[in-house]
Amino acid sequence: MAADPLQVAPVDAVRHTATPSLRRRFSQALATRPILSMVLSRLALGAVTIILIAIIVYVATTVLPGDAATAILGHSATPERVAKLRAELGLDKPLLTRFWHWATNALSLNFGNSLGEAAPATSVGTVASNSVTSLASERIENSAVLVLVSAVISTVLGLLMGVYAAYRRDGFFDTVGSVFSLVASALPEFVVAIFCVLLFSTSVFHWFPAISVLEPGVSILSQPEKLVLPVLALVIVVTPYMFRMTRGAMIEALDSDYVEFARLKGASTARVALRHALPNALAPIIQVVGLNLLFLAGGIVLVETIFTYPGLGLMLVSAINGRNVTEIQYIVILLAVFYVLLNIVSDVCVLIVTPRRRYPR
Amino acid sequence: MNGPAGAGPAERPVVEVRDLSVRMIATKTPIVSGVSFDVAERQTMGLVGESGSGKSTVAVALLGFARRGLEICGGSVRVGDVDVLQLSGDKLRDARGRLVSYVPQDPAAGLNPAHRIGGQLREAFSVHENLDKRELEDQLAELMRAVNLPSTKQFLRSYPHQLSGGQQQRVVIAIAFACRPRLIVLDEPTTGLDVTTQRYILEKINEMAADYGASAVYVSHDLPAVAQVASKTAVMYAGRIVEVASTAKLFGEPRHPYSAGLLKAAPSADETNRLVGIEGRPPRPGHWPSGCSYAPRCPRAQDDCRAEEPLLGPIEGDSLVRCLHPIPLESGAGLALTAAPRPEPLEGTAVQVSELIAGYGSKEILHDVAFGVPRGECTAIVGESGSGKTTLARCLVGLHSNWKGQITLNGQPLRKGAREREHEQLRRMQYIFQNPFGSLNPTMTVIENVEEPLRHFERLSPRDRRRKALDILDTVHLGKDFADILPSSISGGERQRVAVARALVVEPEVLVCDEITSALDVSVQALLIEQLRDLQLQRSLTMVFITHNLAVVRSIAQNAIVLQTGAIVEAGPTERVLDDPQHPYTRQLLEDLPRMEPSGQAAAVG
Ligand code: SF4
Repeated sequence: MAADPLQVAPVDAVRHTATPSLRRRFSQALATRPILSMVLSRLALGAVTIILIAIIVYVATTVLPGDAATAILGHSATPERVAKLRAELGLDKPLLTRFWHWATNALSLNFGNSLGEAAPATSVGTVASNSVTSLASERIENSAVLVLVSAVISTVLGLLMGVYAAYRRDGFFDTVGSVFSLVASALPEFVVAIFCVLLFSTSVFHWFPAISVLEPGVSILSQPEKLVLPVLALVIVVTPYMFRMTRGAMIEALDSDYVEFARLKGASTARVALRHALPNALAPIIQVVGLNLLFLAGGIVLVETIFTYPGLGLMLVSAINGRNVTEIQYIVILLAVFYVLLNIVSDVCVLIVTPRRRYPR
Repeated sequence: MNGPAGAGPAERPVVEVRDLSVRMIATKTPIVSGVSFDVAERQTMGLVGESGSGKSTVAVALLGFARRGLEICGGSVRVGDVDVLQLSGDKLRDARGRLVSYVPQDPAAGLNPAHRIGGQLREAFSVHENLDKRELEDQLAELMRAVNLPSTKQFLRSYPHQLSGGQQQRVVIAIAFACRPRLIVLDEPTTGLDVTTQRYILEKINEMAADYGASAVYVSHDLPAVAQVASKTAVMYAGRIVEVASTAKLFGEPRHPYSAGLLKAAPSADETNRLVGIEGRPPRPGHWPSGCSYAPRCPRAQDDCRAEEPLLGPIEGDSLVRCLHPIPLESGAGLALTAAPRPEPLEGTAVQVSELIAGYGSKEILHDVAFGVPRGECTAIVGESGSGKTTLARCLVGLHSNWKGQITLNGQPLRKGAREREHEQLRRMQYIFQNPFGSLNPTMTVIENVEEPLRHFERLSPRDRRRKALDILDTVHLGKDFADILPSSISGGERQRVAVARALVVEPEVLVCDEITSALDVSVQALLIEQLRDLQLQRSLTMVFITHNLAVVRSIAQNAIVLQTGAIVEAGPTERVLDDPQHPYTRQLLEDLPRMEPSGQAAAVG
């Protein structure tokens, strides 16, 4: 019998130095807390991203032909009136000063007033309810409902079908599902959306409204039938990706040595698939869910436009059409923040389901 | 299940495998054909074969399992009173792990990276029986004690990647023994472990098999390891068993030409012999020749061998052999080897390394390494994984440039990175990689791969270039037939020979070989080593041979340098280092190295 040459590796050894400098202590604390350190670094990176986007958006919107004063007063206004309003709005100041002013206000969630036609043009600066943040709040809610419902449905569908197809690889469901998902992911959203309208609203069946106009102040949840077609269109576009990624990740896990070993240990097939393969497929699946949410946040622009669904996407489109600079700025920043936060959340989730990265050796 | 089989004879083997056959589902191509053997109570049987022999397929088939695309198409695997192949559904599931259990090749891949060790150990019990918490923890603690692992909460809560290779392997062994199975199938369980851990694991397996009253089938390509654990050995070739005998007989007097071929190809850590490889390659599934499948490579083949397929039959002296003209007893078994010739010593030092410190980032891998490589000789650098031997090789050839110190070639100091070195220096020192699959360009034909360095180093017309490349292919015994095919259609050993040819075509003085035989089967390794030896003799080539294998060191190197965690612990002529090691680390390595002679211990277990 040879002497035992192997010692037990300490599982979470934190080395302490005699007089650690603050910086050293900080970096050690981070090294043993990969989640915290990742969140911190991502937040810093996200802040930089948002600042860059803010600069780009601000500059881009100010160089658009026709500025806020023209937008408010209309094209028939006399040059004197425009000049007066420009001075009032501070538009004659240098770009850098204006940006600074806008950015510091934005930090306290003050994005200025909407320049839309609905605004009483003459009483600039007096109407509180005309601020872009309050105008957008209802739209945010509507879009959030649309994105969330679509995300939940497509994630559940994609996951279940993906796991099943991988489990019965090359079977009937897998073959048919793979072909369908390929076809579906080749179709652009607007084609899918128009197809939905033709099929379920105008030409074949007349089950749901073709457009989803809402009275201001009415929650979309009180009229769920208006949600059906936009959600359907988004689900059809997004689910194939979910399906294919889940299937791929599961197949890889099912082909692994640890799954074979689990089988040879005597674990049941269901246990092997759900307890052994699925947890290892989760990381890539979470990444796709995150990507899909991002995609949905972009996809609402098209789908909301087609269905005239009163969400953020529609608001953005009409803001761009109407040169509504403050609205554009706010919505773009909002989407940027959403992207950054979503990325952080999905990366944290991936880290949580990957022990190899969560507990470095 | 453990009841005596009537008043039957006590010698009835615990495990009886008959005519086990496995084929591809789609094409019905046989992969394993008519495999039969017995294993007695508490006996360990070795199942030896090279890659592609079907041994791993047999290993899992003993648990009624076939890998994707394969199916078990016939035979029986009786363990105790149960034929595993007749079970299905829940009964089969329950037999796996409880009646027959399995130890996979690579424990790092076999343990689930997403679950804690404790959960995976408990599962080994819980999928078979409903134990209450107390009982489960008691049994777990006992099991952990048996494999010398702590059953502390902290240990059980760790994830596989937090353990060392040896610990992972012991966890896997514990899982396999958890339900006290009657048969344990070990599929190359020590591949990739260093010799000390390997020895420990082999002894642990023997000890556990004895304590738990289990029989074992030990599948391996590693002849010395089999000699150490098994009291009986079966040799597989092309999906069939070609010889079964007691380990002592098989290793001492093999009767099948292939068994003898394997033994003559295996290098010994104790003698420097010319190795005898086996030319050609094993037939692939679907291309098994009619008659004896070894006939195309067999030195004893006669006409009748190609006509009829020999059966596995008894032969005088209790062996079973599948051969029409087995090697006669007491013929010395053709195992006699000739001593390898030594190169003529030359004057001077080709490569001199001094005060070499190298690392990655701030992590230092090599600490003040110094040595000289005598011209015209082969100097082996031996070390286990983590010793820094590959980093050392990469510093020599300039692939790793984060180093301090001095490396000279023929007395001229070398710059750090290959890019900064002179053309002529680069030509004089060539490098062969470990991985024969990655080192050749897959989009170029064999000859184009060999010609490639000539474009860099010499101005030749395309015709001269091709002639030169063909010449060198000849030198490594790859004829014209290989010239115009892609590397993907040739075997690993052949690819490695192409890599040698590519290095030699620019007529270097120094050849740096990094673990070039570690991915090869012994029969192919022997061919490559002998080829290098011949080249060394013909061309007075200086070689730096990086390896973890002491037997390979003995067979090819004149000088040996032992590297441990980035520092040289011993250096000198090979005979001195291996016969009279001074450093405790070298001694330990030599002591733990499995030898071909069957150990007394294995016999005691049987
Ligand atoms: S049967 Fe003939 S060819 Fe086959 S191993 Fe025996 S001697 Fe060689």
